[in-house]
Amino acid sequence: MKRYSAFAVAREALRYHMGWERAWTSPAPKRHYDVIIVGAGGHGLATAYYLGKNYGITNVAILEKGWLGGGNTGRNTTIIRSNYLQDPSAAIYEKARSLYEDMSQDLNYNVMFSPRGVIMLAQTEHEVRGYKRTAHANALQGVPTEWIDPKRVKELVPIINLEGPRYPVLGGLWQERGGTARHDAVAWGYARACSAMGMDIIQQCEVTGVRSENGRVVGVNTTKGSIDCDKLGMVVAGNCSHLSDMAGFRLPVESVALQALVSEPIKPCMDVVVMANTVHGYMSQSDKGEMVIGGGTDAFNNYTQRGSFHHIEETVRALNETFPMVSRLKMLRQWGGIVDVTGDRSPLISKTPVNNIFVNAGWGTGGFKAIPGSGWAMAELMATGHSPLAEEFSMNRFKEGKFIDESVAAGVAH
Amino acid sequence: MSTRLAKQGRLIDRSKQVEFTFNGTTLKGYEGDTLASALLANDQMLVGRSFKYHRPRGIVASGAEEPNALVGLGSNRRYEPNQRATTTELFAGLEAKSQNHWPSLEFDVGEINSKLFARFLPAGFYYKMFIHPKPFWKHVYEPFIRKSAGLGAAPDKELVDADTYEHFYFFTDVLVIGGGVAGLQAAKTAAATGAKVLVLEEKSFWGGRAPVDGGEIEGLAAEDWIAKTLEELGAMDNVTLRDRCMGAGVYDHGYVLGYERLTDHAPEAGGPRHRLWRIRATQVVTATGAIERPLSFAGNDVPGVMLAASMRDYIVNWGVMPGQKVVIATNNDDAYRTALAVHAAGGEVVRVVDARENGGGKLADEVRALGIRVENGRAIAKVKDGKRVTKVALCAQNGEGGAREEIEADAVAMSGGWSPVVHLWSHCGGKLNWDAANAHFAPDPDRAPTSHDGKPFVVTAGSASGPLGLGAVMADAAAAGAKAAEAAGRPAQAVAEIATNDVAEAQMEAVWFMPAKADIQLRMKSWLDYQNDVKVSDVQLAAREGYESVEHTKRYTTLGMATDQGKLSNINGLAVLADSLNSEIPQVGTTTFRPPYHPISMGAIGGEARGEVFQPLRRTPMHDWHEANGADFEPVGHWRRPYAFVRGGESVHDAVNREVRNTRENLGLLDASTLGKLVVKGPDAGKFLDMMYTNMMSNLKIGKCRYGLMCSENGFLMDDGVVARIDEDTWLCHTTTGGAERIHGHMEEWLQTEWYDWKVYVTNVTEQLAQVAVVGPNARKVLEKLNAQAGGGMDVSKEALPFMEWRDGEIGGFKARAYRISFSGELSYEIAVSASEGQAFWNALYEAGKEFGVMPYGTEALHILRAEKGFIMIGDETDGTVIPQDLNLQWALSKKKEDFLGKRAHTRSHMADPDRWKLVGLETVDGSVLPDGAYAVGNGVNANGQKNTIGRVTSTYYSANLGRGIAMGLVKHGPKRMGEIIEFPGTDGTIYKAKIVDPVFYDKEGEKQNV
Amino acid sequence: MLMLHCPFCDEYVEETELQAGGEAHLKRFGPGSSDDEFHDYLFTRENPKGVHFELWRHINGCGKWFIAARCTVTLEVFGTYPANCTEPPQWIKDKISEKRPGWTWREFAG
Repeated sequence: MKRYSAFAVAREALRYHMGWERAWTSPAPKRHYDVIIVGAGGHGLATAYYLGKNYGITNVAILEKGWLGGGNTGRNTTIIRSNYLQDPSAAIYEKARSLYEDMSQDLNYNVMFSPRGVIMLAQTEHEVRGYKRTAHANALQGVPTEWIDPKRVKELVPIINLEGPRYPVLGGLWQERGGTARHDAVAWGYARACSAMGMDIIQQCEVTGVRSENGRVVGVNTTKGSIDCDKLGMVVAGNCSHLSDMAGFRLPVESVALQALVSEPIKPCMDVVVMANTVHGYMSQSDKGEMVIGGGTDAFNNYTQRGSFHHIEETVRALNETFPMVSRLKMLRQWGGIVDVTGDRSPLISKTPVNNIFVNAGWGTGGFKAIPGSGWAMAELMATGHSPLAEEFSMNRFKEGKFIDESVAAGVAH
Repeated sequence: MSTRLAKQGRLIDRSKQVEFTFNGTTLKGYEGDTLASALLANDQMLVGRSFKYHRPRGIVASGAEEPNALVGLGSNRRYEPNQRATTTELFAGLEAKSQNHWPSLEFDVGEINSKLFARFLPAGFYYKMFIHPKPFWKHVYEPFIRKSAGLGAAPDKELVDADTYEHFYFFTDVLVIGGGVAGLQAAKTAAATGAKVLVLEEKSFWGGRAPVDGGEIEGLAAEDWIAKTLEELGAMDNVTLRDRCMGAGVYDHGYVLGYERLTDHAPEAGGPRHRLWRIRATQVVTATGAIERPLSFAGNDVPGVMLAASMRDYIVNWGVMPGQKVVIATNNDDAYRTALAVHAAGGEVVRVVDARENGGGKLADEVRALGIRVENGRAIAKVKDGKRVTKVALCAQNGEGGAREEIEADAVAMSGGWSPVVHLWSHCGGKLNWDAANAHFAPDPDRAPTSHDGKPFVVTAGSASGPLGLGAVMADAAAAGAKAAEAAGRPAQAVAEIATNDVAEAQMEAVWFMPAKADIQLRMKSWLDYQNDVKVSDVQLAAREGYESVEHTKRYTTLGMATDQGKLSNINGLAVLADSLNSEIPQVGTTTFRPPYHPISMGAIGGEARGEVFQPLRRTPMHDWHEANGADFEPVGHWRRPYAFVRGGESVHDAVNREVRNTRENLGLLDASTLGKLVVKGPDAGKFLDMMYTNMMSNLKIGKCRYGLMCSENGFLMDDGVVARIDEDTWLCHTTTGGAERIHGHMEEWLQTEWYDWKVYVTNVTEQLAQVAVVGPNARKVLEKLNAQAGGGMDVSKEALPFMEWRDGEIGGFKARAYRISFSGELSYEIAVSASEGQAFWNALYEAGKEFGVMPYGTEALHILRAEKGFIMIGDETDGTVIPQDLNLQWALSKKKEDFLGKRAHTRSHMADPDRWKLVGLETVDGSVLPDGAYAVGNGVNANGQKNTIGRVTSTYYSANLGRGIAMGLVKHGPKRMGEIIEFPGTDGTIYKAKIVDPVFYDKEGEKQNV
Repeated sequence: MLMLHCPFCDEYVEETELQAGGEAHLKRFGPGSSDDEFHDYLFTRENPKGVHFELWRHINGCGKWFIAARCTVTLEVFGTYPANCTEPPQWIKDKISEKRPGWTWREFAG
């Protein structure tokens, strides 16, 4: 694989960029792989990458029914943060965040990780207490965050209106090393690195069946034929129920639509990422200048990648109120993705009832920021059978009543 | 040069001249102009700079598809970035500024990107560069890239929109989107059946392109037919016509967004600026027309290069001639109409180059007959770079661009064929077919979007369906109108043939590269996406590097991701990609079309909801009194509750301490009206409440109260409150403030979906009642005084109304229900009166209470008073992860009952775990206040390197009564560790030491409340 | 933006008038049930790509709960019926069978 650098770009420029090689190959499937990962989104590709990098397992195929990075990896609002309340969440999201710090160098692909800082606004007394609690928890979890007052919020976010008549800003939880990254580049960078390790990324290859013998997986059937494997990782987000049905077990998830929108691009006016949970809106500005805005999920099962417009209205109302100048911008594009949500809205990184089938799912609205940590933990679990980062995310937790509930910091009762 | 013609201009009113400014220079136009036509009339060819290379750019199109002519419009509180000049109607005083250049439009330093560095900045260059050294991305590269990012300047950071917006509902049988001749015909046909019809036209004028393109309909010139049809439709009660209103998005089940621009053309007119129409249509007809495609030749982005039909629009509609010496390049017959229009308006067509070997049909003959030189099989090799067109090099289409002939020209009209506007068809899942002959994607009527009934609900009409000739357009439109009306439940009708007079055209031929084998130097100058600076060579590079999916290519090159969303570039880009992959266009596929069709304002999406009416505000009957008496409010759900009543010269903190002390020493009044009050009634009400609450409610005696806990089926504590038995089959359940609607809904859900055969009704009477907590040693005295004043009333003595009982009666002449319950540990009466009497009752209490030292108190004093007594608070001690056992509330978990919500859940292994953290009191060693939310640390770290924790603070306050900090918390094995000192690190590095104590800090025996 | 028929009001109502309530026809497991039964009752939801039966409440209307038979892929609604039904009415089953021959959902089938 040719290394990417400014020098390489300059060299290629002289020959009109005719010399660039493919970022990843496009092979036909082999008959057998040590590991098959289903789903070439961020999480699947990261799992494969760390299987190779950390455990030397490179006889790996990543199967993708569409195009790599074409699911939620390419549809999210690219926020990266790890200021979670509960220990297991903080551990895996911080692992992910720290891997993002070095990802461009590690993959030799600029994923544009930009630690521009993330503020979670507190707009009720209840939120103030919740975020102060989170700040305390984060200090013990090794996640640097701080509680900041309204004045500091305004310095960081000049376009904010602190004195909204309904929900004045009372402060915020600030994570300086949170930020954003270029979502597609994360998938492409991992794909290129996996391909360079000799792994096969097989696109346009849909899994149509999962084969197991004596409670142990032996392979999958696909639209490109039958492929054998020793271990199988299911990393397919919104489609995980469909896949687990093929393998003969059920997952505690439901699939719903999550929506986002962007404004037309404008010159930089907001450097940090702002999340306002009381009014249900969050916003950042991309390097292209678009205001990238996330909204809420529908409460009904949906596979259409189209959400209900009233969520967009609710989100935009909140932003007009919190950042009044937004009212003069225009919505350029809205879209939806299908996210899989578990009973406690925390993910699954877990063994399954079928031996050597592992599942990584249920990231709900928070998957992008977790990609490298999730892949790291999933690879560890698949390679060694045990991962401290993944341990609490086992699907057994629902049976034990041991939930990982992150809604705590912004709960509703009073 | 571009000039205003002496004649022509069907849309402008030459008697009404309008002044406006562009980059500070005052220019003149006419009423009816768009900003684009007025700029062209003033020879303003250069209108902006491109995103990446800062190339000089001019106006390319005449409608919503325009990628280049974006301006900052207005100023101050009416400034708006990225407005399209082509869709901006001119008005007196309009201020426009061009974008994305420094220091000026004419001289832009950024153009160096184009002149020197373009070669080094191919698609995706940033993925390959700026990787080392690591800190440079955040601190050097990204700031630089960000600075050059974005188009228009951001509105001022403190800007508050001067305009208002509104939402509007509309329900219709048939919605027709597009008011061109096809839309009008479809509407007319549908309306004839009696169907309710709404027609939306995004522009300020009706009829679309037809008056420009010519032809006759039903024996009338297009323009006359439009006027007549509009008149007919306008006279029909079942038809609503709306111009300046765009169909923005089609959503599931026939939901459509309309975007009406009411005052963009008259900012001082008053009223809302934009109106968002939320339309439910049984059937939607999209008569959205077609968009002309550019041709990919080198220099196709130089100002003065324009779509052929758009040039015709400027001539005919606005009387503007964009160039005096025009070269026309085409692969179809339609562009010949532009040659005719230019000629008719007195311009010179210096050459028509038709890429087709066999050239055009009748229209070409007409052009030739005028003496215009038409060359078949020819192409534009290159337009000379610059700020406007000066020279055009011609070559053979079927070659590499050699043997060029250079001619002088000041404008180029190009036509690469037409693509139906399929956006609205596609938004909700309508599928497309590739029409190879016409080189476009057209809607597949057999795969239409389907509605709630599984039936198709979108029909296309006119050129939005694919056909382009006037006759075919009108026939298709009439059929679409009939089909939609029938599908909406109206009688079927035979569609009469519509006579038209139009010219037969020769078949177009796809031309994706001009010339066909253009070399790399030409391809690097052939623009696909003008705004995002994506060239033919970029798409080819993406394909070479394996970004083979159209979505990959789009994202890698940013093709089609600019503010025009690829309206001009998508098909051309797809064709280049398909060619690079040796594939066919249908195999490469198309990207998903997402709403809106054209950007819509955030103001319109938000609608009226802003400021005071952002969300509903709930006020208690005593709200105004609170406001007048220094209340510092806090939002609690949609309620506002006084946090404290602040007196002059006092801080909020002082006020809280005063209120806390006074309530313990004298008399406090709390507005408790926000507490939820649910009446549960019926023969099975007791049985039902036994399921809802963890403790027994069926055996509660009439006249008595009981504190109850509610768990979710998952076992977690979700609400608490006092329940009173009113009569044999009636209970009144108090909930938390935030819980009233939630718990009401929770009860209804169980009653309606699980125990639907139980005879129980639940009613939420929260807002029917005002409730006042009368609290403190003087509570009884004030009530007795009120009764004495009224000449009698309810006996509120200890004997007649003991603790945890309630009575109905009169207090001070007010019909009231009094509960002897206490959330403060003091002698306390919670008294409910009719909401309409709440303020009067409060006033009476306040007046009578003055001699007893009455003071109102707020939520913070309420919290402190309860914490001093060790009472838990839902939302503080609970957070959705806490079960009653954690709070030592086992006593409230009935052992007698076989079942209640949460009972089964509590037996799961983690919930029965003896290591769960349990409620204790916490006292700092030095009397200070523990920080909110602090965690207690144990030994060592966990497997993930995080410090082990053994507990956390759930509530912490300064107790003015005790003169020290008090707190409650959950601690591992807490109740067994009384007296132990544990450490709570603060976020500032301070270690707080606190002793584990009993959570009841004040009046441990409970003597004060039971007097 | 869904539009569902409220069987109590006999009106097609906007999604904004409705509250979604998740999977319908759940069988409750309480004290005495096994861990697996209780787990599946609370957490193992049907998540079909196709016909689904789900609860809705006409919350900004009559307040009543009803059940919708809806396809999660096309959003076609085959019918709605009151929540106090133990199984879908035959006319809804027939309607689904017409469009989705061979359909099954938990214990129900065409």
